[in-house]
Amino acid sequence: MSLNASEGRLRAARQGQWRRQPFITGAGRRWALGVAVLAYLVLALGSVDVNWARVAEGAGRAVNFLAAFTQPDFISRQGDIIAGLIESLTMTLTSTVIGVLLAIPVGLGAARNIAPLPIYALCRAIIAVSRTFQEIIIAILFVVMFGFGPLAGMITLAFATVGFMAKLLAEDIEDLNWRQVEAVRATGAGWWQVMNHAIQPQVMPRLIGLSMYRLDINFRESSVIGIVGAGGIGATLNTSLSRYEYGTAAAILLIIIAIVLASEYASSHVRRFTQ
Amino acid sequence: MPVSTSSAGLPLWQRRTTAAQWLRFAAWLFGLSLFLLCWKVISDNTLWVFVEDAGRQGSDLLGRMLPPRWEYAEKLWRPMWDTLNIATLGTALGVLMAFPVAFLAARNTTPHPLVRSLALMIIVSSRSINSLIWAMLLVTIVGPGVLAGIIAIALRSIGFVGKLLYEAIEEIHPTPVEAISATGASRLQVMNYAVLPQVLPAFAGISLYRWDINIRESTVLGLVGAGGIGLALNASINSLAWSQVSVIFVMIFATVIVSEWMSARVRRAMI
Amino acid sequence: MLTLEGVGKRYPTGDRALSDIDLALPKGQVMALIGPSGAGKSTLIRCVNRLVEPSQGHIRLDGDELTTLSGAGLRRARRSMGMIFQEYALVDRLTVMENVLSGRLGYVGFWRSFFRRYPEQDVREAFRLLERVGLDHALDKRADALSGGQRQRVGIARALLQSPRLLLVDEPTASLDPKTSRQIMRLIRELCAERGLAAIINIHDVALARQFADRIVGLNAGRIVFDGAPSELTSDILTTIYGEEEWDTRVGPEEPAEERSAPPRAFDVALSGAVR
Repeated sequence: MSLNASEGRLRAARQGQWRRQPFITGAGRRWALGVAVLAYLVLALGSVDVNWARVAEGAGRAVNFLAAFTQPDFISRQGDIIAGLIESLTMTLTSTVIGVLLAIPVGLGAARNIAPLPIYALCRAIIAVSRTFQEIIIAILFVVMFGFGPLAGMITLAFATVGFMAKLLAEDIEDLNWRQVEAVRATGAGWWQVMNHAIQPQVMPRLIGLSMYRLDINFRESSVIGIVGAGGIGATLNTSLSRYEYGTAAAILLIIIAIVLASEYASSHVRRFTQ
Repeated sequence: MPVSTSSAGLPLWQRRTTAAQWLRFAAWLFGLSLFLLCWKVISDNTLWVFVEDAGRQGSDLLGRMLPPRWEYAEKLWRPMWDTLNIATLGTALGVLMAFPVAFLAARNTTPHPLVRSLALMIIVSSRSINSLIWAMLLVTIVGPGVLAGIIAIALRSIGFVGKLLYEAIEEIHPTPVEAISATGASRLQVMNYAVLPQVLPAFAGISLYRWDINIRESTVLGLVGAGGIGLALNASINSLAWSQVSVIFVMIFATVIVSEWMSARVRRAMI
Repeated sequence: MLTLEGVGKRYPTGDRALSDIDLALPKGQVMALIGPSGAGKSTLIRCVNRLVEPSQGHIRLDGDELTTLSGAGLRRARRSMGMIFQEYALVDRLTVMENVLSGRLGYVGFWRSFFRRYPEQDVREAFRLLERVGLDHALDKRADALSGGQRQRVGIARALLQSPRLLLVDEPTASLDPKTSRQIMRLIRELCAERGLAAIINIHDVALARQFADRIVGLNAGRIVFDGAPSELTSDILTTIYGEEEWDTRVGPEEPAEERSAPPRAFDVALSGAVR
């Protein structure tokens, strides 16, 4: 935007003619952008082939499903639901603990200001791989390696946790207050002492907060990796949906929502306690 | 007090009081036993014979994945295009729906507390449920295909965008709102002149961030039949064509890296 | 034109901000409202345009009761009262022209304002006001690119574009340097005279109040403790408004506060002498 309005705009405004300046100056560019967006929309929507007969057929099911939320069925698959939930919760807890413990060395290694270059590159590579692939893809590989069951799920979630936590931890360390580190170093402290006295106190509160957040995410993820056989409530949910048992599916979804809400509430308390 | 006197009459400094020390100890003990208990549940449900085999299975898998069958990449352009569309159209749809929901959910713009709790409920349920679950659900409703994927991504995005946006709305400066109300402006005009300009940059940033996440998520929706490159992945895994699976992995990796780079650039251009 | 009768305000927390305010403001009078922080000055002017709901009493503007209005009626009443704020309260990400034109929001419909299609005479008037406050060249600048004094000028132009009958001014100079403060006060004063506007000005600076107001009202703990001409504002009165303090800031042998009270005392003596 120009600093002072052009003479023409001033004269027009004096006559009572004024229009807002467009966000993108230059009519040509504005049109080009508009045409590009339109072309994309036409192409993209054109490539979505919708089977309207199938949609119409499904509309009834949608109504059934919504109705199921008013009377969720906790009873008829009670055993499966409880078993799935226990698996999900145990996977969540163990994977978060193991993942965070492993993320600490990786995070330290991925912080440019304290790690030597080869270690930095290695740790950044681990982070990139772990963050790019969805948990479910990793779960497929681990199920092949470790067999069906919660162990594969736990390893999957731990692996995803490492990428998530290590990246944020590394960023934290990279912009921590360097003066405190220098002050501790000036007392003649060794590498471990610097870690313990200068870096740990600065990153610890956020580390705890992030761990709580990740616990939450891991629970949500544990509800889907069951689809590929990695244990947890996802398998139960998948079965109930493919059998069109919407009452049970609604019950499971409500339980998931309740647990997520409870853990969010708890983690906000823990965060306040640690800060 | 952490400073006490020892039996010899010398002051003793401890980091924590005795009671606090015991409390910490108890908390650690509790956490550790909970962890071990969970570990036991998992181990009971695991067939350790298979786990002992994991190393061999892993190297076997790697052997079958390498070298990737690069010719297969040519069949992936269409699924990749579908994946991008699911992410982009899904984000657009989700953002459109999240926008009004956020205004209804923010404490300072909601018309009524009851409406607010309803909006918050929409946000929570959308956020708690993974997009794959939404996709499973929608596949049984609208049938397998890209449409189910788009709607699944949109429904998941409402909660994410809605939550971050309503938090941004609650943090706006109140004085411009006061000033615009004092001119005799109507409710909608106050939103348009005082609230909207303040949250627009946050809104653009959040939407872009969600688009980035949605690219990742849309790569796997095909596993449950909701279109995109996940369909090819599912087919390749079911036919044990691991050399195709590795090609798909490379494709996904490249797409995610490119989209991350693009969204970072656009974000920088906006600021 | 503006009358307040028994106006009181109690916040939900139980704090009593105002009690029993009776005030009448004739047309064209510029009134300064002074008092310590927390005396209820901001609450009082916000009660007038109902940004704060008064809990009791009546407020009338040219005979129309304001306290019972709601919806469209309230919006119509608000547009006849222009408000100027301490922190300027401009919308930072809108341009200067958009900020000024937002003064017309009470007059134009939603879609017109949404597409910024304001009537020609509104735009002409907005431009004239920008020229009057000396900011016509900046009409396409974003508000956050201006200095404090310039922003306050935009705020003044916005308030005047409402074609108000009354100006409510809340600490217009609190964020400005002394010179700019004087310029802004002079501008407000001149504009009020040009348009015959009444104004209530909340102000911390007693010297500015003395210099620019026709009338001064002192508020302490939600009650009016002084109401009179600027010349009647003595050190004793300042003490009742603000509490004990050495008010005389002038240094030197002569003490004007004493001087002012000295002749009447002599007159008193003479008079009493004459009566005897």
